[in-house]
Amino acid sequence: MIGTMKTTIQNPTNEQVAAPSVSSAVFTSPDVNIYETDHGYTLEAEMPGVTRERLEVTLENNALTLVGRRGDADPPGTALYRESRPADFRRVFELDPVIDAQKIRAHIHQGLLTLELPKTEAVKPRRIAVD
Amino acid sequence: MTLLRWQRPELAQGSPFRHLSTLRDEIDRLFESPLSALTQSSNQFLSGWMPAVDLYEDKDNLHLKAELPGMNKNDIEISIHEGVLTISGERKLDEKYREAEVYRSERTLGRFQRTLTLPAQISADKVKAYYQDGLLTVLLPKAEESKPKQIEIKAS
Repeated sequence: MIGTMKTTIQNPTNEQVAAPSVSSAVFTSPDVNIYETDHGYTLEAEMPGVTRERLEVTLENNALTLVGRRGDADPPGTALYRESRPADFRRVFELDPVIDAQKIRAHIHQGLLTLELPKTEAVKPRRIAVD
Repeated sequence: MTLLRWQRPELAQGSPFRHLSTLRDEIDRLFESPLSALTQSSNQFLSGWMPAVDLYEDKDNLHLKAELPGMNKNDIEISIHEGVLTISGERKLDEKYREAEVYRSERTLGRFQRTLTLPAQISADKVKAYYQDGLLTVLLPKAEESKPKQIEIKAS
């Protein structure tokens, strides 16, 4: 049976532990899609305004943390409308143990972070040859 | 149909009924608004995607910024007609995930359209748009006649 990939709702105590690498206290949670195939998971996270240099993906004790900092400056002049929120992005996921942590790959294109999280060979479905 | 809106007598500041009367105003407003307005907004809600849009103004230009992560430049359309700017587009599900099991689906896919009435006259032929890092930026130079002008006062 394939395990589940759980989303950990960030709890305040964890936030404080993670504090040293965090410069701004205000974060917003990016919208994500998670797909699963036989080979692994794909996670997409929306982080408009975040470049590769401003993205941190860390894995520690089975917790995958995504932090994206907005690099975009506000346009010049005075704001007439503002719907966007200036907060940086942060979200923590607990990884399914079947994921091969060594093979996680991440890339960001047009503000969409895509993580490929392959499963270990041992759990991939395969056909058993009959003697 | 109401011909004259009922005016409630001013309640004294700090009256315990003050909040109740604002609540009543809210309810009144709900019944006064035409049904079409309600369904229109719920349609927009159902169709889903409403990307955040910011509009800034300086002396010479208006600057629009829209958050459109994960799009293809060619799927975004911008048009200006009679002082109204419309941005629209569509974000589709990547074909390679069609067969996959979906664990979490928070990203809104599908069409979006945002319409803004521009607060100044624009030289439409000088408008420039950029799409980078999932942000659409539109530079809208103001037409000469809507720029602020200093008027010199002459001695008579």
